[in-house]
Amino acid sequence: MSMLPEVTGESQAALAAEAGEPIPVGRKVIQGRSPWRLAWERLRTDKAAIIAGSTIVVIVLLALLAPVIASWVGHGPNQQFIDIGEDANGNPVGPNGTFWFGTDSSGRDLFIRILYGARISLSIGVLATLTSVALGTIFGLAAGYIGGFVDAVIARVIDVMLAVPFLVVAISVASIWRPSFWLVIFIVGVLGFTYPARIVRGQVISLKEKEFVQAARALGAGPLRVMFVDLLPNVVAQVIVFGSLLIPAAIVSEATLSYLGVGVQPPTADWGAMISDAQGYYQYGFWWYLLFPSLALLITTLAFNILGDSVRDALDPRGGGVYK
Amino acid sequence: MSDVTPVLSEATAKADSANGDDILLQVENLVKYFPIKSTGFFQQREHVRAVDNVSFTVRRGETFGIVGETGCGKSTLGRSIARLYDITSGRIVFDGHDISRISQRRMRPLRREIQMIFQDPMGSLNPRRRVGSIIGDPFAIHRTATGAERKRRVQELMERVGLNPEHYNRFPAEFSGGQRQRIGVARALAFQPKLIICDEPVSALDVSIQAQVINLLADLQKEFGLTYIFIAHDLSVVRHVSNNVGVMYLGKLTEVAPSDKLFTVPRHPYTGALLSAVPLPDPDHSDQRKQIVLVGDVPSPIAPPSGCRFHPRCPKAAPVCVTADPPLEPRLGDGPEHLAACHLPMAEGENLTEFRPTIVAAERVIESAGILAPDADGRGNAAAGGSIDTLPTSREGGKA
Repeated sequence: MSMLPEVTGESQAALAAEAGEPIPVGRKVIQGRSPWRLAWERLRTDKAAIIAGSTIVVIVLLALLAPVIASWVGHGPNQQFIDIGEDANGNPVGPNGTFWFGTDSSGRDLFIRILYGARISLSIGVLATLTSVALGTIFGLAAGYIGGFVDAVIARVIDVMLAVPFLVVAISVASIWRPSFWLVIFIVGVLGFTYPARIVRGQVISLKEKEFVQAARALGAGPLRVMFVDLLPNVVAQVIVFGSLLIPAAIVSEATLSYLGVGVQPPTADWGAMISDAQGYYQYGFWWYLLFPSLALLITTLAFNILGDSVRDALDPRGGGVYK
Repeated sequence: MSDVTPVLSEATAKADSANGDDILLQVENLVKYFPIKSTGFFQQREHVRAVDNVSFTVRRGETFGIVGETGCGKSTLGRSIARLYDITSGRIVFDGHDISRISQRRMRPLRREIQMIFQDPMGSLNPRRRVGSIIGDPFAIHRTATGAERKRRVQELMERVGLNPEHYNRFPAEFSGGQRQRIGVARALAFQPKLIICDEPVSALDVSIQAQVINLLADLQKEFGLTYIFIAHDLSVVRHVSNNVGVMYLGKLTEVAPSDKLFTVPRHPYTGALLSAVPLPDPDHSDQRKQIVLVGDVPSPIAPPSGCRFHPRCPKAAPVCVTADPPLEPRLGDGPEHLAACHLPMAEGENLTEFRPTIVAAERVIESAGILAPDADGRGNAAAGGSIDTLPTSREGGKA
């Protein structure tokens, strides 16, 4: 039996059109706009989003071009300028024509180190967030859709993780294994999966009662297909919103770990480590040493937070915006 | 699929020509209970008895209608047959396969043969996916067509159900209610299933659109020899489309009959009450008709009434109705195709409004509190004994 026998009557006109006859002119083709497209258009007209987005683009460019800028200025990130980068007592020198942001306690160019620090902050922020979001989505989907025993186990794991203090776990883990770039991503990423997991789980529990899930099952879709083809597209907006707000949090967490000495290890340039080091000098008048790394951290996290809010407004037009 | 001829003649589809080989679906004593959380630690687990001991058969090429009030279990019945739920007990035999207990994995190939059309045309379509991808789902899930081939077949389907194939890339939100339901129909039609369970396919649609969708379903049935289970609460729709009709009340079938018989000679008082509630287009006729107003709500399916589940609301209720559950069988000399579960079935032309229950009020409220209401002329609860009121629909006569 053929799939579809002869088409009749009314549909023949459409067949003819398909066979190559031109579509009558004058009929305006209305292009369907996807929800993503609509969100993008809302985002594009949001001033706060444009400012925050541009700031992030500049920061990312500076981070990417750090080696280029360093070679252009002629100062390496770990290069010590004992002669001109330190005063007679071996202390940092203030901002001047050679060192725009001054130098640090070891006579290194603070400006170049801040640029290199952005590479660490951004990459850990993004990678840790991706880890959190990926884990959170998978566990949230499984807990919400499968339910029962799986849900109970995941819910208890999340409860436990929310109950233990972040810093205590992070410091313990970092002291068991040698602190490194990847370990920081692992700690921040894994400890951050609980919130996206809870959001996804809640969404999935309400979505799985919808008829389109029943329809997919009636067509023979297995649980994996239902979760990733039918449910995932419906939670991805919330995940993106949460992820965009998770990036600044991850950057702060990374800086915190470095500040406490269990993050990325020296001599790698890192904002948290710089702030920590600068603390000992601030009271003696070396203000630039503390100011510039703190400012870099503040501007970056603020830009991500504002952009995250705008993304949420764009993806969920019903919610009220703070920065509109 | 070779045994399904493309066009089954209407005559063979009729229930009257009963033929054992014709049976596509046989449901025997189907039970579906949903457990609900018990409140106390030592309390026994309670269940919602959504479908309780339902049996019927569906022949190839026919439309079997299922009617009943909201919450009577008709949707659960449909979804249980499609094995979206694991059934509590009973047997479902589809096309010679016993599918009552098989695992979801082994059910998967059979899903090509049993499809569903859902009530809410928006809710049954994934809002985040394009129509082409939604209708192409069956091909993707069963890996039968990919890429350009899938697109071609999806567009054929869209065309067949009256959608513009150019709208392949649109989202469900860009279609009207009727068009969305056509998308649902196209998806269900992808594999030319043997059975399509239509779960209130038109009740969310505008009346003029209802007719279009029903006609589409009827055309497709003729063209592909489809068998439908048509679930609805709109009696006139069911009468229009069905060869046989089952009436459900509180999880049980109360009456099963060929469509014409059911609507002309109803045996069960519940069917009679439902029929009297169908609006008539002729106001003169409508004024003269005695409408049977059932008082009270449908009792809880967690603790259904004893005996006949309809007895607390039935105008003919007698003591036997409280104690014994009437079997579903031919009554008053009906043929084997007309079954009713009633101890005191209605005779032809009988006027239900003349009856008063012969059981006392206390017995009638055992299982369902709060069904008594003051009747038409304001007598109190005690006197109201009968939980049914007889009013001329003009509402001016005062007392019947």
